[in-house]
Amino acid sequence: MKFAVKAWSNGRARTGLLHLGNYPNPIETPALLLPTRKGLPYFISPDLLPSLPSPDSHLLQVCPLHFLEGLSPKTISKIGGLHQMVGLPEYGFAAVARDSVQCLPECNSTNKVGASFETPCGRLLIKPADYVEMISSMKPNIWATLADEVPAWVSDKRNKTSVDRTVRWLDECIALSSAGGAVFGSIVGGPSVEERERCAQEVARRNVSGYWIGGLGLGESMDERPALLNAVTHPTVGCGYGENIVISEESKEHRALQRKAILQEEKPRLVCGLGLPEEVLQGVAAGIDLFDSEYIYHLTLGGFALTFPLGGVGINVSSFDPNNLGSDRSKINLRATIYRAYPTWVLTRKDTSPVVENCSCYTCQNHTKAYINHLLNVHEMLAQILLEIHNTHHYLKFFSSIREAIKAGEFEQFRKRFIESRRDHLAVAAVCV
Amino acid sequence: MALRFEVLGRFNRARAANLTLPHFLCQTPLFMPVGTQGTIKGLTTNQLEEIGCQIILGNTYHLALRPTSELIDELGGLHKFMNWPRALLTDSGGFQMVSLLHLADITEKGVTFQSPVDGKPMLLTPEESIQIQNRIGADIIMALDDVVKTTITGPRIEEAMYRTLRWIDRCIAAHKRPNEQNLFGIVQGGLDPVLRDICVRGLVDRNLPGYAIGGLAGGEDKDSFWRVVAQCTAALPEDKPRYVMGVGYPLDIVVCSALGADMYDCVYPTRTARFGTALVPEGVLKLKHNVMADDTRPIDPTCACMVCKNYTRAYIHCLVTKDAMGSQLLSYHNLFYMMKLSRDLHSSIIEGRFPQYVRVRFSAEDGSPLYLFLSLSHSPCDKCSYGHLCLLEGAELLGSGDEWFHDCVCQFSVDWNDLFSLFPKGDVPEWVCNAMEVAGIDISSCCAPFISSQE
Repeated sequence: MKFAVKAWSNGRARTGLLHLGNYPNPIETPALLLPTRKGLPYFISPDLLPSLPSPDSHLLQVCPLHFLEGLSPKTISKIGGLHQMVGLPEYGFAAVARDSVQCLPECNSTNKVGASFETPCGRLLIKPADYVEMISSMKPNIWATLADEVPAWVSDKRNKTSVDRTVRWLDECIALSSAGGAVFGSIVGGPSVEERERCAQEVARRNVSGYWIGGLGLGESMDERPALLNAVTHPTVGCGYGENIVISEESKEHRALQRKAILQEEKPRLVCGLGLPEEVLQGVAAGIDLFDSEYIYHLTLGGFALTFPLGGVGINVSSFDPNNLGSDRSKINLRATIYRAYPTWVLTRKDTSPVVENCSCYTCQNHTKAYINHLLNVHEMLAQILLEIHNTHHYLKFFSSIREAIKAGEFEQFRKRFIESRRDHLAVAAVCV
Repeated sequence: MALRFEVLGRFNRARAANLTLPHFLCQTPLFMPVGTQGTIKGLTTNQLEEIGCQIILGNTYHLALRPTSELIDELGGLHKFMNWPRALLTDSGGFQMVSLLHLADITEKGVTFQSPVDGKPMLLTPEESIQIQNRIGADIIMALDDVVKTTITGPRIEEAMYRTLRWIDRCIAAHKRPNEQNLFGIVQGGLDPVLRDICVRGLVDRNLPGYAIGGLAGGEDKDSFWRVVAQCTAALPEDKPRYVMGVGYPLDIVVCSALGADMYDCVYPTRTARFGTALVPEGVLKLKHNVMADDTRPIDPTCACMVCKNYTRAYIHCLVTKDAMGSQLLSYHNLFYMMKLSRDLHSSIIEGRFPQYVRVRFSAEDGSPLYLFLSLSHSPCDKCSYGHLCLLEGAELLGSGDEWFHDCVCQFSVDWNDLFSLFPKGDVPEWVCNAMEVAGIDISSCCAPFISSQE
């Protein structure tokens, strides 16, 4: 794996190029890792994957713990590793011990021997040696070392222990693993800025190819997060709420930030647990390059389809459409009967439109909201397949627009506009009531 | 009449034909997957086209409940609603009389169902069924028939058969789109040859575009099953399609095709996929079993589908019954298998090798697929160090010897399918033997083990 930073905007947000050994085209960052279940997307079957934007859609996340229910490392090795096993030789896999849906860290049961997870197979204690054995059989492109992740409400003592353990396990994982796959050092530290900084410093000293920032999305509020992220990437005194600082490239502040960076700039940063568009923007602002998010999965299960405008153009408040009930302008809930298209003897409404006009995804090119509404109504699997395709497509385009904004040096404006436009509808709705 | 049926090849009673429907030109014999609620579970229309599906079923009863036939009509018909460019067939709702009997009340007027969705009564008359099907817009629509379980006896069967004949006239009268949709009549009469005969004659008199053999595939013994099919196919017109409803297992489809039937439908391939069972030439493969957990062979080494080309049994094993993806991949494979079966039936009849096809489906010519290969090649493989010895060990070695097997097979142009069989030990069931005798296909070589004769 090779990574190079290409452009900056506002000091910390950056674009980069990620080269994977098994795929000819480089992947631009900031990038989204698609969530998988046992190496394949939850619903999009492998022959439908090529319809997603390329090469954006070529980065997949995988959780080794998924295979504990029925597939031994020995068998995985016999098949030839993860890529061979799931029939996706040209896709990039990043292995992380935690998946934010079913394999959740259980910090009370974690001890000095290993990390505990609640999984569909029950509560499991994963030791570094077990973890490395799984990784060795799978041979992912990137893998994060085993970490002790704790939620935001633990005691300081527990938090400090988690940092010590994570660093120790990092060393163990590196020592145990044979060469192959880029190792991302895990950085935790819970809700404490100091512990996060300490952990980052320790990890930065090790020979890792990148950084995995864990312990987020486990109870801290969105307001607290920028400080925690910046503690790791660019700790600067008084910079807890950095999203409002606009810094030009040549300014003294920018140079100061550069000097204070703990993590090596040229190494990619991967974060888990930041799902919502606003959270992704927070991460990008702090200098994160790769996002492992289950947002799409949750949306899909709920029957939601993303509809927010891409490209960061704000919505004109006066164009509020009273018929657009059942939506908050960022997504629509296709279970709502308003999408059913009532026959003429009930209401005059025929809806044969796709989820998003002019969206080039398979779902919007081939199917209507009315059909998806019907599928959801009768509990048909095809609904989730079509929704996951659209949502993935839409979210990948969102990341694309983030990259464009960074390259144009306008990331902070993009972020500000985006967040404001998503709050507009609330103001309008309040007025209407 | 909105179809054309052109027989292109025959072997005794079996026939291969082109069935031209308003939306698609189909080749029979063919299998139709069931998409009850306007979708085949877990597969996109794109995938169905790739697999080779020609006609899909939709269900009148279920679609009338949700999303309602009026809505489908408003949106341009079921083809547009689900975006399926090829042919569609709708069942009349008759089968639900059997499957949902505890919710149904059958009278001369029609069937009153208690809706499983909201408990309200729903009266399905022949007129109503046809009107709903007119709105849905399928290429083939089925008459509402009075369906009884084949496992019951007594006067109810006769009552149902005569009622079916009275209802077909009401269906014909109610049908508003005879130039776009083909109304098929359904032969009832239980397992009684006299009743079946009366029904066939009655339907043939009405000169319908096609005919179905109904009331079977419901638990009756196989010996009765094939005899009813044989009787009906013998009596139905030569120049019109014959559809055996609810069939089914690949073996049953081969037998019925030998007896002269053309079209089949069943939920079996997709339903069994969701339970972790794959269809393979030898029968079925239960991927849920623990032995599959470290089996690194593909589900079916002879299958060209993307599942068999990319995945091992071990990986599918860890997915099935737990993850949606498992259902999807197995459904894809199983339907691919059924479509290949359809194509093979069609082409083997046209190419004049139908009996050979049937024979090798049942068993290899000389008792073992590997012996067949050995006798053709006369030499051990140069890539595999075991030579003749590996062949004696049988199927286990296929996993390690795939490559040489494939190379050698190509050299002698033996169809992959020929090398695997349903009855390798020669234990062909008696009902199959009887049916094949009537169909005029000699499978005596399959019924005894290790015959050394060759073609």
